[in-house]
Amino acid sequence: MRDVYLVAGGVTRFARAQPRMDFRTMVKEAYDLAMGDVPELKPKDIGMTVCSYFSDHFTRQLMAGAMVQDYLGLCPKPSRRVEGGGATGGLAIHSAYEAVASGRADVCLACGFETMSRVSTRKGNEIIALASDTNFDYPLGGFYTAYYAMMAVRRMHEFGTTADQMALVSVKNHGNAVHNPFAQAPARLTVEDVRASGLIAWPLTRLDCSLMSDGAAVAILCDRETTFSITDHPVLVKGVGAGTDTMRMADRPRGRVIPLPHERAGDYRGLRYPGVHSCRADRMAAKAAYAQAGIRDPREELDFAELYDAYTSAEIQAYEDLGLCRYGEGGSFVEEGRSALGGDLPVNPSGGLLGCGHPIGATGLMQAVFALWQLQGKMKEHLGSRRLQVRGARRGLVHSHGGTGTYSTVTVLERAG
Amino acid sequence: MKKAQPPSGIDPIIIKDHHEIDYLHSYAQDSPFFAGLSQGRLLGTECKGCGIRYATPRRHCMECGKETAWFDLPLAGRVHTWTTCYLEEPFHLVLVEFRGVDTLFLSRLVGAGEGEVKVGMRVRAQFLKKPKFRATDVYFVPEG
Repeated sequence: MRDVYLVAGGVTRFARAQPRMDFRTMVKEAYDLAMGDVPELKPKDIGMTVCSYFSDHFTRQLMAGAMVQDYLGLCPKPSRRVEGGGATGGLAIHSAYEAVASGRADVCLACGFETMSRVSTRKGNEIIALASDTNFDYPLGGFYTAYYAMMAVRRMHEFGTTADQMALVSVKNHGNAVHNPFAQAPARLTVEDVRASGLIAWPLTRLDCSLMSDGAAVAILCDRETTFSITDHPVLVKGVGAGTDTMRMADRPRGRVIPLPHERAGDYRGLRYPGVHSCRADRMAAKAAYAQAGIRDPREELDFAELYDAYTSAEIQAYEDLGLCRYGEGGSFVEEGRSALGGDLPVNPSGGLLGCGHPIGATGLMQAVFALWQLQGKMKEHLGSRRLQVRGARRGLVHSHGGTGTYSTVTVLERAG
Repeated sequence: MKKAQPPSGIDPIIIKDHHEIDYLHSYAQDSPFFAGLSQGRLLGTECKGCGIRYATPRRHCMECGKETAWFDLPLAGRVHTWTTCYLEEPFHLVLVEFRGVDTLFLSRLVGAGEGEVKVGMRVRAQFLKKPKFRATDVYFVPEG
């Protein structure tokens, strides 16, 4: 396999509704931003495209990926769509990585969008919940916040994670977003604000949940030769990993923890895993990505992470499944400020999904774009402020998952120039 | 002669488009479960090969791939986890665990107030008198 580099990215501002742009013009805006960053790269150099969007119900346009391809002027080159719920953008990065690593393309464009404003929030929740078993789960009035809330409640029971600790994730990520002009939901909040914002599904409140958004993001991946001829700020895709778990949370086993390189099998005696408190798919994804990247201890070898925080509880769960702290310590990890900007391992310095918004098909790409700019040292150039720049960042991680941790992707990125 | 200019700077025109589909949704291999609900039975499946018992039925075993057999779940279990949803009227969702069964079952919990649901709480299955052949034909109530 060939080395693959992330060379440029672009993102639109995420908003509740963008009626002035349809999915094609949104992708075009993000694409132009990315291409503007690498003027030596021409559209003719792009070998293929992977298009990422979650729901045909939101888009109400089948084969929208093909229409993006023609709008960008990239016909007759190959294009395909990938889909995997909240992991859709992460899967698109992996698919583009595979295209370049295999030699099928020297340059692959990964682009994604979601147009969630086309339906009401209530209908949007229904559409998202169709990504749960329609025989057994969806008809119960199931909506995704409820599924994550049940995971959070079990985590509270198992590990003692508290609602205030979850609220701290919201405070942190909305607060980081204040310095990100692309973000939909910048806010300076307190734990009290989060707890008082209205329950959606106990213990999750409105401010524990990410928003419905319109938006697009793109990432451009290249082989080594192309990369070093067009950019002085290359970022290597150092490791990719993915995992799965059952769609129904009810079906998940209660077995043993899968240890990461810095853990021993005996570390979690008596913990029945993953149950519904943790996410085995994330663990699998991290394990594979760390193995490829040569990471022995993620706590020491990562400078920041962009984690999937569609819900505050999901970020805390991801700290543990990705091995950034031990199982059960996710709550204190955020409480002690270790995931804050300036902490040991800043998590979601961009503002994450909570702060930036969550246009599903664009989300995983948006996370990769912000991680790229971090590693290039270009946060000031793109965001207009140095506030979110993690100083000296050399290696970062991007994580996304879909379903209730049903599909998961982890990508490790490293500064190469 | 001056050419007519295309209109620019106008607000986007937004129309409402209706979309409706009636799906013919077959429960297929899960059908015996829904027939069971209409008879006041809660059916799980078990693998005779590896012995795993599924509270939410799976026609084929997730471990060994063999076809499973139906069995009657106990009607009493405990709350493994729960939430209260605040959509219009608040309602509780619970994942129920059963003694001797390896996986869980998602259902609604009726008859408990806000703040009264707890992990480990004993609950019992009840069935709608007029089944609608939906997963909501069964619900749980606090035991005793």
